Amino acid sequence: MGNKHVNAIVVGAGAGGGIVAKELSVAGLSVVLFERGGWATYDDTDTDELKSQRTTVLGNAYGPDDQRYKRVVVNNDGSANIVLPSEGGYNNNAACVGSGTVSYGAMAWRFMQEDFKLKTTYGPIEGSTLDDWPITYEDLEPCYEKAEWEIGVAGDATQNPFGAPRNKPYPMPPFSHNKEAKLLYDAAKRLGYHPFPIPMLRNSVPYGGRPACIRMRTCCGFACPVNAKCGTHNTVIPIAIESGNCELRINSVVSEILVNEQGKITGVTYFDEKNRKQTQTADIVVVSGSATETARLLLNSKSKFFPKGIGNENDWVGHNLQGHAYTGAYGIFEDEVYDDLGPGASVAISDFNHHNPGIMGGGVLCNEFIRMPYSFTGIRPPGSASWGKEHKAFQRLNFKRVAQAVGPYQEIPNFEARVEVDPTVKDFWGIPVARLSGTRHEKDIEGCRLMSEKAELWLKEAGAVQTWQSVGGGKGISGGQHQAGTCRMGNDPKTSVTDKYGRIHAVPNLFVADGSLNVNNGGFNPALTIMALGFRVGGYIASEWSKGNRFK
Amino acid sequence: MKKQLKLTRRRFITLSVLGAGGMCLLSRCANPPLSPWRFVTEQESKLLDALVEQIIPTDEWPGGRDAGVTNFIDMQLTGPYARYQESYRKGLAAIEETCKTKFQKRFEELPFEEQTQFLKTMEAGKMEGKLWEKGFDRQFFRLIRDHSMQGFYGSPRHGGNKNNVSYKMMRLDYPVIIGQNRYNN
Repeated sequence: MGNKHVNAIVVGAGAGGGIVAKELSVAGLSVVLFERGGWATYDDTDTDELKSQRTTVLGNAYGPDDQRYKRVVVNNDGSANIVLPSEGGYNNNAACVGSGTVSYGAMAWRFMQEDFKLKTTYGPIEGSTLDDWPITYEDLEPCYEKAEWEIGVAGDATQNPFGAPRNKPYPMPPFSHNKEAKLLYDAAKRLGYHPFPIPMLRNSVPYGGRPACIRMRTCCGFACPVNAKCGTHNTVIPIAIESGNCELRINSVVSEILVNEQGKITGVTYFDEKNRKQTQTADIVVVSGSATETARLLLNSKSKFFPKGIGNENDWVGHNLQGHAYTGAYGIFEDEVYDDLGPGASVAISDFNHHNPGIMGGGVLCNEFIRMPYSFTGIRPPGSASWGKEHKAFQRLNFKRVAQAVGPYQEIPNFEARVEVDPTVKDFWGIPVARLSGTRHEKDIEGCRLMSEKAELWLKEAGAVQTWQSVGGGKGISGGQHQAGTCRMGNDPKTSVTDKYGRIHAVPNLFVADGSLNVNNGGFNPALTIMALGFRVGGYIASEWSKGNRFK
Repeated sequence: MKKQLKLTRRRFITLSVLGAGGMCLLSRCANPPLSPWRFVTEQESKLLDALVEQIIPTDEWPGGRDAGVTNFIDMQLTGPYARYQESYRKGLAAIEETCKTKFQKRFEELPFEEQTQFLKTMEAGKMEGKLWEKGFDRQFFRLIRDHSMQGFYGSPRHGGNKNNVSYKMMRLDYPVIIGQNRYNN
């Protein structure tokens, strides 16, 4: 029996797709929301560090699995190898209902006004496809507000003088600082910086019918046992299902976007939970698979009308892949700075996010989420033993004495950092896999150095007796959980993939709604921006639909 | 119809039990005594014990050997680390072979300090001979180091970190639900 035709298909139940599904189904459209993974719950995943989202050595608790998925990664020397999801080079996000929003650290940043106008602010940069967005911060502001109130954010924007202007405060009060964050807060004040509580997609008080956070150590990289972390899996997706208009189809892998004899998009083919190939037709298709998988799906959808993949007439799909270069410093304190009040990160400074002489952009700097015992084994001052008695003693003596100040440096867009589909390697279902190649822009390292210097100074002022920098931004592909940029939006179809509403240029009924749209990735974790874009794309489709537009 | 199904199922179960029991008896006869290991041999397990004890030595707290790190590695080699089976077989044999030629002894029979020196040479990529070509010394050392750390500092559910020893050493309560801190295995 075939599937019933619906108004809209949304591919991917993550930060972007979950919101689009809710916007459309509440507006009365019939929706099928596809998710390649299943539900990931705390009971399944627990506090097991070796299978967490941050340390996947024994597998990804939040998907995908090593048995059915793989990618090809091209190294700097031109050699290529197959990489499994549990290996770092895979640049995994997550494959479950809610995707990364189940296990993320849940920082809830709005990008700054400058982030939407990088080219205007910094001028062209050699070797970069740097550009302005086709929308301004002000265009996205109402969508940020929706994300903050409908998903739920705790924070106090009045304490951050560098934050972009806003119409409404956060719906929940900010989190208190733990011992380490208090030290850093006071130190930042003494240095003349402007410390403030990190806005979090996490309940500081009961909100949305869910309880307040219980301040566990195992938060970033794990699911929440009391459901206090706010993702799309426990907010908008349940609303979409309750509307009666949305069917969530889990363990279903979309393989291709369908094109009919007239060159119109008519739906998708997918493999259902029993690996049977199926077809689902719809009036509209929205792709929200994250920067890597969205590009892969478009590139895998080849036909006589789209011989290079859908939306790829000008060879822009998959280019400009970027995540974040994480850069900062560590400090060892004489007294213990650890009081086990999780999840750790709570204080930030945005003093070095833009307007740094000599570099493009910058980033926010924060104290880090609590390090887990195994991941701490890799944290040592340069030249220290990486095993043996000395290493074990350091682990014991300093686990509660080390703090880290770190942040996501805004990378300079590089056209050559890209996602393609591999010509020969296929996944379990026979679908060509993503092939990642390219590297960061060579100037990223300069910005990272500056940020790390600032982080080190901050730790010293807070009382660290020994400090060292961890400088990010080196060679290699940057994607991971912050992956973005592969289907960037723009006004010119020659230098972008979608228009300012996320619609593929020249295809009336195909949209993208995830981090792929980002023209650049901000000096911030991108989750809230991806959510805001979900509200923008979903809101646009719903409002046009109500006016009778059927996107034909 | 229903009765027939029931009989079939019972017969099936009876047969399976007999079958499993029979297999068990047979294997006991064939290779006495039964190995407690899944992938490594008895001899390899002794070598691994010495290696993991080098990576995380006993001090005032138990080391890698007593924390069950060898058990962790053995367990993972038949699970997520099946892809490292070949490296382990080859690497452990290479250590054994090198020690036999150089010291006429097994690695685990060397004094602790000499074992440390041996591993430092591996870590530096300065092992000589065909067995260690193409950086295999460094590569295999890293594998042992990283897997030992995972076994010692990861969750006990994976076969290492016996009695939560590393968590206790680092003064961390597990599980971590505030107000419910307790150790349970």
